[in-house]
Amino acid sequence: MADKVLMKGNEAIAEAAIRAGCRHYFGYPITPQTEIAAYMAKRMPKIGGVFLQAESEIAAINMVYGVAAAGLRVMTSSSSPGISLKSEGLSYLAGADLPSLVVNVQRGGPGLGGIQPSQSDYFQATKGGGHGDFRMIVLAPSSVQEMAELTVKGFALADTYRMTAMILADGTMGQMMEPVALDDLPVTPMPEKPWAVTGTGMKRPHNVVNSLFLSPEKLEETNFERYDRYRVIEEKETMYEEYRMEDAEICIAAFGIAARVSKNAIDEARAMGIKVGMIRPITLWPFPKAPFRRAAEQVKEVISVELSMGQMIEDVRLATECRVPVTLCNRVGGMIPSPEQVLDAILKAAKNGGKEA
Amino acid sequence: MIVFQKPHALADLPMHYCPGCTHGIIHRLVAEVMDELGIEGKTVGIAPVGCSVMAYDYFNCDMIEAAHGRAPAVATGVKRANPENVVFTYQGDGDLASIGMAETVHAAARNENITVIFVNNAIYGMTGGQMAPTSLPGQVTQTSPYGRDVKHCGYPIRVCELLSELEGPEYLERVTVNNVKNVKNAKKAIKKAFQNQIDGKGFSLVEVVSSCPTNWGMTPKQALEWIDEKMLPYYPLGVYKDRSASQEAEK
Amino acid sequence: MSTTKFLFSGFGGQGILFVGKLMAYKGLTEDKQVSWLPSYGPEMRGGTASCSVIVSDTPVGSPIVSNPDVLVAMNLPSLDRFESAVVPGGVIFADSSLIARDIERTDVRLVKIPATQMASDNGTPTLANMILLGKILKELGQFDVEKVEAALKKVISAKRADMLEVNLKAMQLGADYEA
Repeated sequence: MADKVLMKGNEAIAEAAIRAGCRHYFGYPITPQTEIAAYMAKRMPKIGGVFLQAESEIAAINMVYGVAAAGLRVMTSSSSPGISLKSEGLSYLAGADLPSLVVNVQRGGPGLGGIQPSQSDYFQATKGGGHGDFRMIVLAPSSVQEMAELTVKGFALADTYRMTAMILADGTMGQMMEPVALDDLPVTPMPEKPWAVTGTGMKRPHNVVNSLFLSPEKLEETNFERYDRYRVIEEKETMYEEYRMEDAEICIAAFGIAARVSKNAIDEARAMGIKVGMIRPITLWPFPKAPFRRAAEQVKEVISVELSMGQMIEDVRLATECRVPVTLCNRVGGMIPSPEQVLDAILKAAKNGGKEA
Repeated sequence: MIVFQKPHALADLPMHYCPGCTHGIIHRLVAEVMDELGIEGKTVGIAPVGCSVMAYDYFNCDMIEAAHGRAPAVATGVKRANPENVVFTYQGDGDLASIGMAETVHAAARNENITVIFVNNAIYGMTGGQMAPTSLPGQVTQTSPYGRDVKHCGYPIRVCELLSELEGPEYLERVTVNNVKNVKNAKKAIKKAFQNQIDGKGFSLVEVVSSCPTNWGMTPKQALEWIDEKMLPYYPLGVYKDRSASQEAEK
Repeated sequence: MSTTKFLFSGFGGQGILFVGKLMAYKGLTEDKQVSWLPSYGPEMRGGTASCSVIVSDTPVGSPIVSNPDVLVAMNLPSLDRFESAVVPGGVIFADSSLIARDIERTDVRLVKIPATQMASDNGTPTLANMILLGKILKELGQFDVEKVEAALKKVISAKRADMLEVNLKAMQLGADYEA
């Protein structure tokens, strides 16, 4: 068995990034993710890497843009208000087809909001990362081990598809410590990047990293090409976990911390003889439509457990094509649903037998 | 005998700049410097948002198009990724001194080892002639139709003077390109700004006072004269900081 | 098959997070499933700090401990806030140097130890947390010097190896304490 260490989720992300070959980190302090910057500040100088505290989130994401253009693995991290500032850069990264890893350890909003955990940036991450038609691969870890694994995976996906992969965690995931095994992380070598700007060496025509296409025909073509790539990702890279779904009559939809809380409630409900299971999306984009489509034929109700006013629930409804009622069980503003609250929702669903209350 | 030809680092393309615009001259000077220093093959240029947005097409070195104002941050990333590259940004006044002021000041404060070519023509050209952070008091633009009222919207920013108060930067010089003599001086300054980077000396910025006949509403000739009459009194030419030279002088 | 949910609470600076971490590490060295979750925010600079620790034979679901089996209260505000949350049959450990009152509940057990006073008498005023931890492990029947030392080594960096002995001694002091 690989040696396990206790680590905060934030630290696990930082260490996994280094193991994935990331040697450039740019960031700006914001709770609850600052441990990532602190970890990088300590480690990068010792391994020939670069940690630079940028003057703003905007500068940080543009430094990422520069390193990504130069063809190296690079990352930044922040929390909700900081991600809003980065959204300009996220759009440019998408437009220039640059790979990068961006971490959002979410806190409550809108505005300055609070510093306690939240999942209310789901829309922002999966649908509205910035202006223009683009997607990010959105990865939702539910344990410290996954914080590490999805970071490594995120770099690989970003390189393969030349786009941003975002780790969408929350304050709990960032702050909690759990045992994590780092030795067997699935690190992939970096692919060749013939498009990178590293100097022509007077041996080839110049490379241009650019998101400006004044010809609408050309711009349309780049958008079509990008969405062809997105379709491949939807086919090949969708990830989810099913928990006790075999005979389930009620299905919980939850990711991240909400999924962990839900597991407790499911186990309790099962002990009471209620057939309930869970589909936990690991990729929020691409959203795992297939298991929900299947669940719609099997269960009488889906309960979306979220730390938001109901954001993922829209994707759940789309995926189930409104064939079954989809209800919301939530807390917001930094509050977290308790297992008891989720259990209540399950009991209610069991009693209602799939009829909307 | 060839008496005149394009520098190798300058692409053989028709440029989109207006007649009488000085961007063409400044592009050429940068390209000549790349040729003379033999650095085209290891140079990465960062184009801004503004009239020179398509500079990425005009230079034969590797190029990046950056978001508005963010070129110094992008250049920081490129330089930190591959320190052996020569990295320059080419930015206008709106890009560098308005929306990108934070990126400019902090790259200078870090003494980021990059070269910045700052083209100051006191107006937003690409969007059709709006007031810039460097538009002169009283200057009429689309968004200051009654002349820039300093009581209402403040004073134009002198970038070299502002940055010269910082400990960080290595070299700051203001030049112009409105006559042959000044063009020659401008080239010297640009060359020095690149050489400084090659020598590892740090942040070097050359502010080039330029013209915009189209949006100034002048003929090219009038515009060049306006530089002498109006721009240079507010933006005096000269070296605002040269750390190495000062240290040399102290010895 | 068992799961123990701990809630450690006290003033910032009393080392409450550290003790929780040590408890988690001890679980880890015994091949248990563990989680540690701090309250975070401005309270880490003075107010009440707390952390949830779960040690279990099965995978940990929610890392948030709302109803602890074991409450460790190092100050009165912590006891006031969390006494009612402890599960029936649970245990409350209280630093009686700082908490004058007894508990109001009759369905939980109270273990009092004047940890802060003992730490001061011992010439190690910063180690009240470790004295308390010694007592906790003893009461839970988990005070095994070797395992405790193994966990300590994980938490204390090699550079501070000199601290190992002092901490162990403080824990022994707590383990030996009888009211």
